Amino acid sequence: MRFALVDEKLVPKPLLTTGHPTYPISQINSSCTPQCNSAFDFNPELQTYLSGRQLLLDELPFPFAEIQEHYENGYLVYRQGILLKGKSCKCARCGTTEARWFSVFPCARCGENCLYCRQCLMMGRVSSCSALVSWTGPEPKAATVKQHLLNWNGTLSHGQAAASAKTVAAISQSSELLVWAVCGAGKTEVLFKGIEHSLQQGGRVCIATPRTDVVLELTPRLKAAFPRTTVASLYGGSEDRHLHAPLTIATTHQLLRFYQAFHTVIVDEVDAFPFSVDKTLQHAVQQARRPGSALVYLTATPNRKWQRECLQGKRAYVTIPARYHRHPLPVPKFAWCGNWEKKVLRNTLPQNVLSWIKHRLNAGKQTLLFAPKIASMEKILPILRKLHPSIESVHAEDPDRKGKVTKMRNREIPLLLTTTILERGVTFPNIDVGVLGAEDVIFTESALVQIAGRAGRSASFPAGEVVFFHYGKTEAMVRARSQIMRMNREGARKGLLD
Amino acid sequence: MDLFAGEYCLLCNAEVGHETSWTSVFLRSSRTQVCAVCQNKLKLLEGELCQRCGRVLEPGYREGRVCYDCLRWENDPEWQGLLSFNASIYHYNNFLKEVIARFKYRGDYALAMAFSAQLREKTLGAEADLLVPVPLSEERLYERGFNQSEALISAAGGEPVNLLSRVHGEKQSKKTRADRIHLPQVFQIIPDMVESIQGKRIVLVDDIYTTGSTLRHAAKMLRAHGAESVCSVTLAR
Ligand SMILES: [Zn+2]
Ligand SMILES: [Zn+2]
Ligand SMILES: [Zn+2]
Ligand SMILES: [Zn+2]
Repeated sequence: MRFALVDEKLVPKPLLTTGHPTYPISQINSSCTPQCNSAFDFNPELQTYLSGRQLLLDELPFPFAEIQEHYENGYLVYRQGILLKGKSCKCARCGTTEARWFSVFPCARCGENCLYCRQCLMMGRVSSCSALVSWTGPEPKAATVKQHLLNWNGTLSHGQAAASAKTVAAISQSSELLVWAVCGAGKTEVLFKGIEHSLQQGGRVCIATPRTDVVLELTPRLKAAFPRTTVASLYGGSEDRHLHAPLTIATTHQLLRFYQAFHTVIVDEVDAFPFSVDKTLQHAVQQARRPGSALVYLTATPNRKWQRECLQGKRAYVTIPARYHRHPLPVPKFAWCGNWEKKVLRNTLPQNVLSWIKHRLNAGKQTLLFAPKIASMEKILPILRKLHPSIESVHAEDPDRKGKVTKMRNREIPLLLTTTILERGVTFPNIDVGVLGAEDVIFTESALVQIAGRAGRSASFPAGEVVFFHYGKTEAMVRARSQIMRMNREGARKGLLD
Repeated sequence: MDLFAGEYCLLCNAEVGHETSWTSVFLRSSRTQVCAVCQNKLKLLEGELCQRCGRVLEPGYREGRVCYDCLRWENDPEWQGLLSFNASIYHYNNFLKEVIARFKYRGDYALAMAFSAQLREKTLGAEADLLVPVPLSEERLYERGFNQSEALISAAGGEPVNLLSRVHGEKQSKKTRADRIHLPQVFQIIPDMVESIQGKRIVLVDDIYTTGSTLRHAAKMLRAHGAESVCSVTLAR
């Protein structure tokens, strides 16, 4: 789309009646936003559709002339989709500045060679002639805020209660907080009071998480906790896409369509991101939150940088160092197993690994065995099946992933061989956990903490064994173990363990 | 601006390490970047192919070296011999389906470069005077921002020559009913280009060959305006 600048105002080419020259929007430097005309009779449908959002013109099912009329009366703004600055460029939606994400095409819309962003392409192409549209008029009227009552009768553990109080304080002061809660601490309940507080102030709250699974799992729990509040559940292909709700649960990807929308943003599982994705996430969060809003991060294992910031007092945080059931976290054991890959090639496994597995099979103790690569898993499975025919394996692209997890839950599988895909989210009540090839780079500190966190989850079976079988101890292994031990010490010191 | 200086796969965006080899030195020199994993998911059309449409011949669905679909076209006096042949590169499997959807509907223009070498080979092999894209309607073109056929021709290193345009809905409805049934003309020649067609050997380029009917309609118009021959090259079949 080409725009002209007429009396300091942007006019899209199709609506232009004068002979003013037109340019792709990225070439127009106009900081002018028309004054809001309070006498203007705006369209409330457009208001709910666009409020707190940043959408491409193609994403708006409203006539062009109507959109332009709202712009001229100061109810919305057009922002450049691609920001050009000398030789560098930035995607205004996903925030990337990496040259590898940009490419050029001969554009039929503007008639020029248009630069476009390939990183967020699947949400609709942002190119140098695209305008991102945001609402600047009055907010849609919120339903009476008193209705947002928390309906939850559970009790919080001491650790949870302390974290809950800190969360409420952070939200009421619009500040930042990191909630560092061990696997199995029960972190969702910790949020309830804070969410209620924000909603009752008339605020909009968003819980963002990297994984669709988590959105699907959290939605019913939050709907039950806030039965009179509209909850929007957003992930790729979800139906709530245009629902303007006080409480939104979204994948972090979906945050890219929001703009200055939320008074409180809660980011769950920050540790699930590889470092490279982290910048995009930070950008998405900064775009979606309002200026002066509260930001709460939840994690079981913050990255090194954040851990350091916490310990140096540079980052506000609260820990829940103990599980809800008041038993300590299982501490991983290290077991050297030599060149296991070589053994696998000869259709066998290292002796200590084999005997560990046989021992569990004989005792009838269910086991999760992690391995680094799909390729090696394919060779390991037949070896394991010689020990027990019902042993299964699972990986990210396995079409029967869900079925196998259910079978494991029903105790129909004695041992499940898996890639890191099961490192988080899934819990089985009474299992031991082994990692074969724990030295592999894929097993980062946080991955290993999460993996160890699979054991001992249930109050009836709080002890599970965790063994890292390795061909050379790594720093990640040592750090993961010391992180777990530090949490256990802290839990004991605070009287959170029995 | 050298936008693709980095070593990333065009199709899956994975970083391509030095231990993972590129598909060939030739591909690398033409700066086409497809990792070995993606290259494996693309299946070339190989073996005994239909001389007319380039599909893999299956027993019970062929007569000699021509498939039944093509026999039907060639036995119809109206369509006989209009399209000399079609050459396609890959099986239209689920992986390529996703790639083409991202390319065409999401508008990821850069993906065409992933097939640059193969497209170049096929279009050069067709020994043509002109590489002609299948046109889009104005609405479609605005929606997508570019014509995928033109993008494929450019990726092949060719110069797309627009000879055809889509017949508008109104124009089509002005025809008599009999016209519409027997001659559902979807294309017309761009008036200024009529003279460039005479005696030319033309290659139509498109993303997919499905029934072959779109390409034959285009071929019919071009032949009616004096093209010496018309064949087609598509990415998928
Ligand atoms: Zn982007
Ligand atoms: Zn453009
Ligand atoms: Zn690839
Ligand atoms: Zn055929």
